[in-house]
Amino acid sequence: MSTIAPQFRLSRFIGSLFDLIFWVILIFSLVGLPIVFIVLFYIKLPVINGQLMTPYLAMTWMADPSRTLPIVKNFMHTTIFRVMAFPGFGFAALLAAATIFVERKFLAKMQLRVGPLYCGKIEGILQLMGDGFKLMSKEIIIPAKADKPIFWMGPLLFVGAAGAFVSLIPVAPGWVVANPNVGLLAVFAVIGFFPIIAVLTAWAANSKWTFIGGLRALHQMVAFEIPLILSLLGVVILSGSLNLSQIVESQEHFWWIAFLPIGAIVFFITILAELERVPFDLPEAESEIVAGWLTEFSGMMYGLIQLGTYLKLYAFAGLFTVLFLGGWNGPMVWPPFPQDIITQGITIGPVTAKFPGLPLFDQEMLNGTLWFVIKTVGVILLILLPRGVFPRVRIDMILHTGWYKLIGLAFINIFIALGLLYAGVLGPGGLLH
Amino acid sequence: MTTQLPPGMHLETVDDKIMTLNVGPQHPGSGHMRLIIKVDGDYIVSCDPDPGYVHRGEEKMAEYRNYIQNIPHLERPVIHDSSNILYPYCLGVEELLGIEVPERAKYIRVIAAELNRCIYILYWLAIYGIFLGHSTMFMWPAGDRELFIDLLEAMSGARVTHAYLVPGGVRNDLPSNFEERCLRQVEYFEKRLKEYEAIFYQNPLLKARTEGSGILSRTDAIRLGTTGSVLRASGVDFDVRKKEPYDVYENLDFQTIVMKEGDSYARSRIPYLEMFESCRIIKDALKKMPKSGSVRTKLKPNPKGGNDEVYRRVESGRGAIGYYIVSNNRPEPYRVKISVGSFRNLICMPYLLKGEKLGNMPAVYWGLNYWPVEADR
Repeated sequence: MSTIAPQFRLSRFIGSLFDLIFWVILIFSLVGLPIVFIVLFYIKLPVINGQLMTPYLAMTWMADPSRTLPIVKNFMHTTIFRVMAFPGFGFAALLAAATIFVERKFLAKMQLRVGPLYCGKIEGILQLMGDGFKLMSKEIIIPAKADKPIFWMGPLLFVGAAGAFVSLIPVAPGWVVANPNVGLLAVFAVIGFFPIIAVLTAWAANSKWTFIGGLRALHQMVAFEIPLILSLLGVVILSGSLNLSQIVESQEHFWWIAFLPIGAIVFFITILAELERVPFDLPEAESEIVAGWLTEFSGMMYGLIQLGTYLKLYAFAGLFTVLFLGGWNGPMVWPPFPQDIITQGITIGPVTAKFPGLPLFDQEMLNGTLWFVIKTVGVILLILLPRGVFPRVRIDMILHTGWYKLIGLAFINIFIALGLLYAGVLGPGGLLH
Repeated sequence: MTTQLPPGMHLETVDDKIMTLNVGPQHPGSGHMRLIIKVDGDYIVSCDPDPGYVHRGEEKMAEYRNYIQNIPHLERPVIHDSSNILYPYCLGVEELLGIEVPERAKYIRVIAAELNRCIYILYWLAIYGIFLGHSTMFMWPAGDRELFIDLLEAMSGARVTHAYLVPGGVRNDLPSNFEERCLRQVEYFEKRLKEYEAIFYQNPLLKARTEGSGILSRTDAIRLGTTGSVLRASGVDFDVRKKEPYDVYENLDFQTIVMKEGDSYARSRIPYLEMFESCRIIKDALKKMPKSGSVRTKLKPNPKGGNDEVYRRVESGRGAIGYYIVSNNRPEPYRVKISVGSFRNLICMPYLLKGEKLGNMPAVYWGLNYWPVEADR
């Protein structure tokens, strides 16, 4: 398990670090700083709050929390923050990374193993980072007769489509990247991209295994897209909206899973199929077709596909939470922000610091996020569970399940929803609304 | 201009609808062999198994070593079942050299062979599980194998390649507290086996996938010369341990497991049920074994066989293993021919896979209880 190079000396390593820092400081002060000041000489400095915004002043502000917090708070309500960090990519990637780790440990416990153990001090918690670095440092091999532009594009398109899917999931009241009125239709549109990407990359790689795997993925995803769409229509009928945020708001009193359990079960099974997870992982069945449509991917291209897969997993689990488990609705358990800090500030000895920007997030948003994350993690664990229990099914079995059984069940679900609506139990103006 | 191709180099005329797949040798689902499979859509049109990738010439090597030196390398074809592949060799050499084996050694041999059969079947089951995409069924047998590996390590000193059986008995006596330890571990293992049933064999998805796939009828099984679990899954009651009992098997209490279905599920279930019988044999043998006595008859240095030939066979984890040994008054055998169960079961693979779905290939292939290294020898 030795990972240190044989010629490694700690003293030399530290010495080289100091060397590096020395040269960076020297070059920056001799070359960088003069350039900065020459540029500043020609630029008209802005005036903020009646003060000329010199670089020194900007640095002073950065060190002063009472000045910084409003800036940070303003940044948090910009679109770029939403896309990159909180309800968007960063949050989803964090949950996806946690999912990978939890999956490995969870599966290991099921199979009487220990799972990742060594990387990082606690239970191999840095294993994912190690795997990521390994993937990044590996050579990317592309088959000689591959259609290179499409082959390169595949992973990027996959992550892009998964990111688009993530951006449609509302996490807390008002916290969603894109909130179109036809949110559910947008979800269906994005899901429709995945089989196309799978088939395109499979065809572009010019290999028999990827070809068979891509066709399997296409068959499977198309067969399960219809029950997926049909199973969600019940929710649309009852909530009377396609907007995902409004669907969540309509579940303030009851979760739709209580009235549409069949729809929830059908949707859960289609999630497993769309994600190509056990028992529907036959596009990647290694004993038959090596790794299916992922066979020719190597290095970070494979890493990107994995990232996209787990983003997709998070998005599907989030969609299940939003549609059936009431999204962010839940009892208010998050404590309110202490008012003393806002009115009087924090007193440390003789100094009293005031923070005008606080609180950064309101209570409802934090509470909503907490409930959303709890429910989503529950759904993710349910999605992970079959991997330890079931073998893989065959393609004819999967198509039979998709086209015959699930579509029938989805129609039954729609009739239940319509019955509830026309009996006046639920829906706009219903007894329980 | 048309170029004249030399004979044998003509390109095969192919149908556009049919795709040829080279499954193996570098393929996660092939083992050390190649299957040339032609598929039409999802259906297998023809399958051509191509063994020989790991041929090591064990039979030829045996002609240059004397009877004792042959022991370590003859177990190499199946290191997971090393006692069983050495068993017929030892029986044959004993017959050639006229050696009498002590009673205690016979029981110890049976115990070692049954422990080794469990090790092999667990390994086979692990791969059967992962071939069908059931990762828990890969990890559990691979972990439970340790029980028997530890026992055989205590007996022989080696964890995998034991070389424990020698002509004239076994290499060394059992350690002092072996009997109670063996009994404890075997009883624990029987409890574990019942959990396999719940998670794997009664799994509805597994049943739906393997039941009715790759059916081998009783007459076909006999006609194709299959052996072992494949034969018994097709309803033929044949077990060398019962039909031609060797050593002390006739004194021991066990049954032959036979199923009538002849499909992939039955073929996968027979070895599993045989593990229960192996546990029964081990417990019975521990009870009936003489508690003390010699375990090895001393041989002369460089013993010479007469001008004779001998054929002995035993039941291994994969079926009957037979050794045909010819000697010609020399310390080395003149000829050693090993007839292994794997190779005999491989013959029925093209028959079984024809017309099957590609998704059934791993289930049928590994259900044949086929060990490529053993088939290549």
